[in-house]
Amino acid sequence: MNKPVILDCRHVWKLYGAGADALFNDGKTPDAETLAKASVIGAVRDVNVQIHQGEIFVIMGLSGSGKSTLVRCLSRLVEPTAGEIEFDGRDLLSASDAELIEIRRKKMGMVFQQFALMPHLTVLENVAFPLEIQGVDRATREASARKVIELVGLHGREEYYPRELSGGQQQRVGIARSLIVEPDLWFLDEPFSALDPLIRREMQDEFIRLQNMLKKTIVFITHDFDEAIRLADRIAVMKDGKIEQVATPEELVQNPATEYVADFTRHVARSKVVRAQSHMEPATSDSFAGDVAHDATIDSIADEVERADLPFRVIKDGKVIGQITARAVIDVLVGRS
Amino acid sequence: MSGFARHITRSRLFWAVLFLATWVLSQFSFQIYKALDARWIIRFPKKYQLNFDVVVGDFMDWLVNTANFWLFTFRDMTRAIAWVIEIPYQFLRNLLIEGFQTGIGDTAVQIMPSLSWIAVIGIVIAIGQFARDWSLAALSGTCFLYLAVFGQWESAMITLASVLVAVPIGAIGGLLLGILAYRVHWVELLLRPILDLMQTVPVFAYLVPILILFGFGPVAALVATVIYAMPPMIRVTIVALKGVPKELLEAGRMMGATQRQMTWKVLVPSATPTLMVGANQVIMLTLNMVIIASMIGAGGLGFDVLASLRRLDIGGGIEAGLAIVVMAIALDRTSQAFSERRMMHARSGTFLNRHPWTSATLVIVVGTFLLGLLIPAVQTYPEVLTISTGTFWSSTMEWINVNFFDTLDALKTMLLKGVLLPVKKFFVGIPWLWGIFVTGLIAWRIAGWKLGVIAALMMAFIAASGLWGKAMVTLYLCGVSVFIAVLIGTPLGIWAAQKPKAGRVILAVMDTLQTLPSFVYLIPVVMLFRVGDFSAMIAVVLYALAPAVRYAAHGIREVPPQLLEAGRMAGCTPRQLLWRVKLPLAMPQLLLGLNQTIMLALSMLVITALVGTRDLGQEVYIALTKANAGQGIVAGLSVAFIAIIADRIVHALSDTQKQRLGL
Repeated sequence: MNKPVILDCRHVWKLYGAGADALFNDGKTPDAETLAKASVIGAVRDVNVQIHQGEIFVIMGLSGSGKSTLVRCLSRLVEPTAGEIEFDGRDLLSASDAELIEIRRKKMGMVFQQFALMPHLTVLENVAFPLEIQGVDRATREASARKVIELVGLHGREEYYPRELSGGQQQRVGIARSLIVEPDLWFLDEPFSALDPLIRREMQDEFIRLQNMLKKTIVFITHDFDEAIRLADRIAVMKDGKIEQVATPEELVQNPATEYVADFTRHVARSKVVRAQSHMEPATSDSFAGDVAHDATIDSIADEVERADLPFRVIKDGKVIGQITARAVIDVLVGRS
Repeated sequence: MSGFARHITRSRLFWAVLFLATWVLSQFSFQIYKALDARWIIRFPKKYQLNFDVVVGDFMDWLVNTANFWLFTFRDMTRAIAWVIEIPYQFLRNLLIEGFQTGIGDTAVQIMPSLSWIAVIGIVIAIGQFARDWSLAALSGTCFLYLAVFGQWESAMITLASVLVAVPIGAIGGLLLGILAYRVHWVELLLRPILDLMQTVPVFAYLVPILILFGFGPVAALVATVIYAMPPMIRVTIVALKGVPKELLEAGRMMGATQRQMTWKVLVPSATPTLMVGANQVIMLTLNMVIIASMIGAGGLGFDVLASLRRLDIGGGIEAGLAIVVMAIALDRTSQAFSERRMMHARSGTFLNRHPWTSATLVIVVGTFLLGLLIPAVQTYPEVLTISTGTFWSSTMEWINVNFFDTLDALKTMLLKGVLLPVKKFFVGIPWLWGIFVTGLIAWRIAGWKLGVIAALMMAFIAASGLWGKAMVTLYLCGVSVFIAVLIGTPLGIWAAQKPKAGRVILAVMDTLQTLPSFVYLIPVVMLFRVGDFSAMIAVVLYALAPAVRYAAHGIREVPPQLLEAGRMAGCTPRQLLWRVKLPLAMPQLLLGLNQTIMLALSMLVITALVGTRDLGQEVYIALTKANAGQGIVAGLSVAFIAIIADRIVHALSDTQKQRLGL
């Protein structure tokens, strides 16, 4: 990762219960036993993550794993008990209320699980709402809102009320609303969890399409491992408030750090995660059937490579870095390692 | 024998022994007093009596005569409040009835007439159409037309003016206080006990101090009305704001909303539907209180009822009573429609296109004003065309009394002798010391030792204020009425829940019953049964019936369908299904209904003092007529204490049931 870090979160804790603050008084960090003894619940425990510009960082965990609390700590909707958070080079936790309002108005956007649309406003008014809060005049904000609505594919529904829209459409409004201020950092808190599986898939595609256009820095929360793998540049797997592993989907599947992570990766179709470069060998053949990109998933090239008699060249930045054979592809497909 | 023994659990034994002991003591308290020659057993000794009422009286004197806040006296403050209320009230009176004048007395010159009756009805219809549809417009239009045709127009407009002044003050004040309580935690902590008390102190009780502070007249009545109608709005506001989804708040914060924006752009607008329910309550309570407050000079329909009741003018009472009913229905349906109204798509185009109703109404108002200058009948509904039903009602009542007097009297005597008097004897006989002890014991047993101590202290306060006897009469009347109301209401509720068609009718009737101001209930009861405990009981039963029915219906309907299916698959007969599955599961709701029934019964009981009961209500009423603030407040607090004890005990019962059922 050579892109600059936008959000740097170091040793962040969030404890619930009376006397939680006192646990940090002596400068030491409490362990699970101390927490239990003080009957304090550790929703987020000693989390360290760096989020780089332009990446999709997915925080994956089951319910109660602390992922929602963590993302609220990152946006300071919830006040962390201890730790440091640096956003865009400034200390987020020491920001005053006024500064925080300014940061949120201009630099952050958030999409919510239950959409969180204002029931008394139309689609247009909902999307324009963040600008209304900032005191932008009606004509300007509605013009911007129309553009974003167009972007998320809701053109023609500007005058609808949220209750008149389907779940997927409502979340498009939520997405449009969070994008209207052109945030530097975009939080999505389980944005598709409340939707039906088919719609969810469609929205994921839509999300990928948007991200390819906008190239935002994204923190995406989900409990759905498949969704995480589909969308993420990097995934942080959370359990009991702690991060078990942070890695790219491919690394996660290839080398799960803990048994817990392995439980998730076991049932993932490896061919959809593993990329050509991981299974190439030095280019020794004299002739090739064709070229594949180094970061193409095995799944996407399997058909082609398996059918050919000759290996394929693996290309990165216009250079040949190796070859991949039908045998290697089949190994991945049938799960031989 | 062994089977019998097994049935007597320790808990049942406790209650049986407690009841038996109380009964014996109650039966023989007089004999015990004679035997021991200890009069204190049945009467709280005079020399230890608390003089709380005198203290309150002195305090009121001090407030009115000497209290001084550096720059202004308390007197100045009440005058300022009176002035703030007086101005809009007088304006509305001018607008609706009297017309605008310059000069005073004989030299008065009318510069503008009041709104014509046609204009008022037109406005009502337009509001109805705007709030929902033509059928609502027709209903409320008809209601107001009734008022004109049946000669109640002037009184009704006075009442309406009071309502229109009190509602905005109550609703907006309640909203602001509710928002404050939502935002500042200690305000909520401070408000909660006050709200609890306000809801249980009978309305008459605070009429007395207000009468002293503001004098007899419409302003005092309006102040009392606002105080009475505001607490529910505060409560609803707090609940509504707390009910706003957490994500919506987070969304607001993530957009960088300031505190003020958060309140007015996120919280309040998204809580509006619930807030409108609160506004509906404010309107109905205001109407109720404006009627009652005719006792301290509100005038209008309430005064007509009160005057007729005093004169025993049967026809006039029913006429005015019906007018109140009609007005209550119109106000209730319209404000309910507003709370159910959803955001509508805005119309576009010229002013006329965007606001067809405002425009049409303006045309009617101006048109009838101009026409009214030429034709008086347009301005004021012609008197020759009014229909008086007074004589009709009088003769109907007379006819009923002539033909059914024996039947009604027999029914009355039977219930009096068979139920009311024995129960009264039981309650009144309980020696005060034992009564305090038993109340504490019951509260402790059901709701824990804290409530036990509080309940005993509250009862001790009542005894020490010399009100024990009257409190027991209150308890007996309330107990019998609630028992009968539940006996009638629960089966009705079950019926309503099981038969949708019957249910719609029953619940509609109950809804209407609940919107009627409590005063109205007295009219037919007094006509049929004269004054006394029996009349009071009937009025209380009628007034308190609605929650028993509603909660029963609600509880039965809420039973999860899969449990009913499980019951049916186990081969339950419909009867078994009701007794073994539905009723046990609906028990928490039934208990909440019981609680509401008790609360309504107690509030009605105080009003029935007008028909001659000898309970705490009478004490408050006497205090009102003598303008004795101390006496009124002490008696009012006593009623409130009984209400609070009952409320906590029933709630504890309901909670225990809920826990047992794992709800």
